[in-house]
Amino acid sequence: MNVLLALCVVFIGLPGMLILAMHLLRRQHAIRHQVEAAFKWFLVGCACLAIFTTAGIVLSVLFEAIRFFNIVPLTEFLFGLEWSPQTAIREDQVGSSGAFGAVPLFAGTLLITAIAMFIAVPCGLLSAIYLSEYASHRVRAVGKPMLEMLAGIPTVVYGFFAALTVAPLVRDGAAFIGLEAASESALAAGLVMGIMILPFVSSLSDDVMNAVPQSLRDGSLGLGATRSETIKRVVLPAALPGIVGSVLLAASRAIGETMIVVMAAGLAAHLTANPLQSVTTVTVQIVTLLVGDQAFDSPKTLAAFALGLVLFGVTLGLNIIALHVARKYKEQYE
Amino acid sequence: MSGLRAPSAARAGADAVKANRSSPESLIRKSLRARYRRERRFYQTGVAAIAMGVLFLLWLLGVSAHQASSAFFQTYIALDIQLDATQFASLPLAADERRQAIADANYNKMIKASLRATFPAASSRQDKRRLYQLVSDSAEYMLRDAVLRNPDLLKPPSVQAPRRFWVLADDEVDMFMKGYIDRAQPEANRRLSDQSIAWIEHLRAQQRIEKRFNRPFFTAGDSRDAEQSGILAATLGSFFTLAVTMLLALPVGIAAAVYLQEFAPKNKLVDVVEVNINNLAAVPSIIFGLLGLAVLINFFGLPRSVPLVGGIVLALMTLPTIIISSRAALAAVPPRIRQAALGVGASGVQTVVHHVLPLALPGILTGAIIGLARALGETAPLLAIGMVAFIVDVPSAPTDPATALPVQIYLWADSPERAFVERTSAAILVLLALLAVINGLVAVFRNKMETRW
Repeated sequence: MNVLLALCVVFIGLPGMLILAMHLLRRQHAIRHQVEAAFKWFLVGCACLAIFTTAGIVLSVLFEAIRFFNIVPLTEFLFGLEWSPQTAIREDQVGSSGAFGAVPLFAGTLLITAIAMFIAVPCGLLSAIYLSEYASHRVRAVGKPMLEMLAGIPTVVYGFFAALTVAPLVRDGAAFIGLEAASESALAAGLVMGIMILPFVSSLSDDVMNAVPQSLRDGSLGLGATRSETIKRVVLPAALPGIVGSVLLAASRAIGETMIVVMAAGLAAHLTANPLQSVTTVTVQIVTLLVGDQAFDSPKTLAAFALGLVLFGVTLGLNIIALHVARKYKEQYE
Repeated sequence: MSGLRAPSAARAGADAVKANRSSPESLIRKSLRARYRRERRFYQTGVAAIAMGVLFLLWLLGVSAHQASSAFFQTYIALDIQLDATQFASLPLAADERRQAIADANYNKMIKASLRATFPAASSRQDKRRLYQLVSDSAEYMLRDAVLRNPDLLKPPSVQAPRRFWVLADDEVDMFMKGYIDRAQPEANRRLSDQSIAWIEHLRAQQRIEKRFNRPFFTAGDSRDAEQSGILAATLGSFFTLAVTMLLALPVGIAAAVYLQEFAPKNKLVDVVEVNINNLAAVPSIIFGLLGLAVLINFFGLPRSVPLVGGIVLALMTLPTIIISSRAALAAVPPRIRQAALGVGASGVQTVVHHVLPLALPGILTGAIIGLARALGETAPLLAIGMVAFIVDVPSAPTDPATALPVQIYLWADSPERAFVERTSAAILVLLALLAVINGLVAVFRNKMETRW
C-alpha cells in the first residue's frame, strides 16, 4: 500500500509537479517577456521624444508664422526694407503697428556674423594648427582646456563684457583715428562673438587634424618639406572637409547667438554695412518682441515666430550641410 | 670633427654665394632661408592666435573680478538711536500681540530723529530730505529686526539712553565710499550733493561709517534699491529650474541613449532619429524658448515666469547633449561584457540594466553634468518664457514665479545705476564660480571613476 502510494506520488505527482513548475516558469518567463517588452517600448518612447521636440518646434513656429503671414504678407516680410514693429504709424495700417520688413535684420545678422567669423576662423584655425601640430604635450594639456573654457562661459557674461568693456574701447578707438562709432556698434558685438565661437572652430578642427594619418605627414617631411609646408599642403587639404564642417557649425552658432547681441548690439534696424554703426539682429528682435506683456495674437508677438522660423531654417540648413560634410570625410580614413 | 667642418663649410658657402649668385646651390640656400623664415612666421602666428584666445579669457575674468571685488563689501552707517519710549509704552502682554506691536512701531521716525540729532544744522526741507537719503530705505527694517531679536532693549534702563545701531547706507553713499563718485565734478553732474559729502566726511571722521561684508547680496532677492538687492532669489530660481531639468532630461536621455545604442535595429527610421538628435543639439537656444512659449504656455496653459516651465524647456535643450554623451559612454563598454552576461542567461534588458549601464555610468554622469553646466548659463530661452519679470520674493517651490541667475545678470546689466554694475559683476563671479565647481566635479568623475578597458 505504502509502496503503491509512493509509486503514485512518483508517477503522478512528479510529472504533475514538473508540469506545474514548467507552467510557472513559462508564466514567469512570459511576465519577464512582457516587462522587457514594456521596458523597450519605454525606451523607444524616450528616443522618440527628440523627434517630438523637433516636430513641436517646427509645428509651433510654423503655425504662429502662418498666422503672422496672414496679417503681413510674406513678400513684405522677406523683402521689406523697413523694420519698426514698435511704433504704430497709422491706425489703419497693416496690423496697426509698424512695418515688418526683415531685410535690415538679416543684413545686421550677417554683418555681425561676418565680423565674428573674421575673428574666429583664422584664430581658431591657427590655434588648432598650433595645438595639433606644434604644441608639446604639456602646452597642449594647458592650452586646449583654456580655449575650451571660452566655450563654457555663459553668453550673458560675454554680453555684459561686450557692452561695458569692449564697446567703449571700440568707440574710443574709432574716435582716436577720427571715425565716429555708435556706442552699440556691430564691431564690438562681432568681436566678442568671434572670441566666443573661436573654440568651436579650434576644437573641431583640432580633432579632424589629429585624425589625419601620421604617414601623410611623414611622407611630406621625408621629401624635405618644412613643417609649415607639410601643414599647408598636406594636412590642411586632407582635413579640409572637417574644417569646413566646423566653420559651418560655428557660423550657425553665431547666427543663433542671442545674449551677446541683445546686450551689446542695438535695437534700431539700420540697413548698413558699416561695422561702426549699430545694427540689430534676428535674435535681438525675437527677444525684444517677446519680452514684456503682449497679447499672444498681436502681430508683434507673431513676428517673433516668423523670425524664429527663418532662424530655425537657416541654422538647420547649415547644421545639415556641416554634418554631411564631416560625415563624408570620416568615411575616408576609417 | 663635424663641429669644425660646419663653419668652414658655411664660409665656403658664403664664398660661393659671392662668387656666383645664380649657382643652383646659392639659389637653394636663398630659398631655404626664405622657407625657414616662413616656417618661423607660421609658427609665430599659431602661438599668437592661441595666446590671443587665452589673453582674452584672462582679460574677461580679470575685468569681471576687478569690477566685482568692491561689491562684496557694502557701506554701513552707525546711528545713535533713541528708541521712542512713548511708542513702546503700552505694549500688550500676550507674546504674539506684543511681537506684532513691536514690529508695527514707527522706526523710520526714530531713524530720522537720530539723523537730525547728529546733524542739527540741516534745517531746510531740502536738507532734511537729503539727510534722510543717506541711509537705505531698508534701515527701518534692520532696526525693527534688531529690536525684535533683542526685546530687552525696550526695558527701562536701556530704552532711556540712545543706542548705537549699524544700518545700511544708501547706494549713492556706498558708491562715494568706494570712490566711484568724482568730487571734482560739478555738483549738478553728481548723484551726491556737496552737503551730503560733507555729512559723510563728518561721519567718517567719527568712524561711524564703514564698509562691512555685504550680507544682503547673498540673503536677499532682487530690489529696485541697489543696496538691498541680492542673488538669493535668482540662485534658488536657478536651482529649481535645474532640478526640474535634471529630473526630466537625465532619465529620458539615458533611456533614449540605451535604446539607440543597445536595442535599435539598423533601419531608416532609426537613422532619422539619430540625424534629428544631432541637429537638435545645434538648434539655437532661443528657438527652444519659442517652443516653450507656444506649446507649454500658450497651448497647455502653464503659468509664465515659473522654474517648472523653464526647467522643461532647458530639459528639451539639454536632452540631445545627454543622449550623445551617454551613447558614447555606452559604446565604450566592450562587447565582451554583454556577451558574458548573455552567455549566462541574462536577457537583453538584464544585460543592459545590470551590467552595461553601471559600467557606463561615470561617462553618462560626466555628460549630464556638462549638460547641466550649459543649462545653468543659459539665458535666452528663459527670456522668451517670461522669467525676466521683476520678482522680489524668494521662491520656495518650482511653481513660484522666479528668475534665474543669468537672467538676473541680464536684468542688472540693464539697470542704469552705477551700483548695479558691480553687483552684475559679482553675480557673474558667483555664476562662474558655480560653473567652476560643476566642471571640477566633471574632472573628479573622469579621473576617479573612468574605467580603462
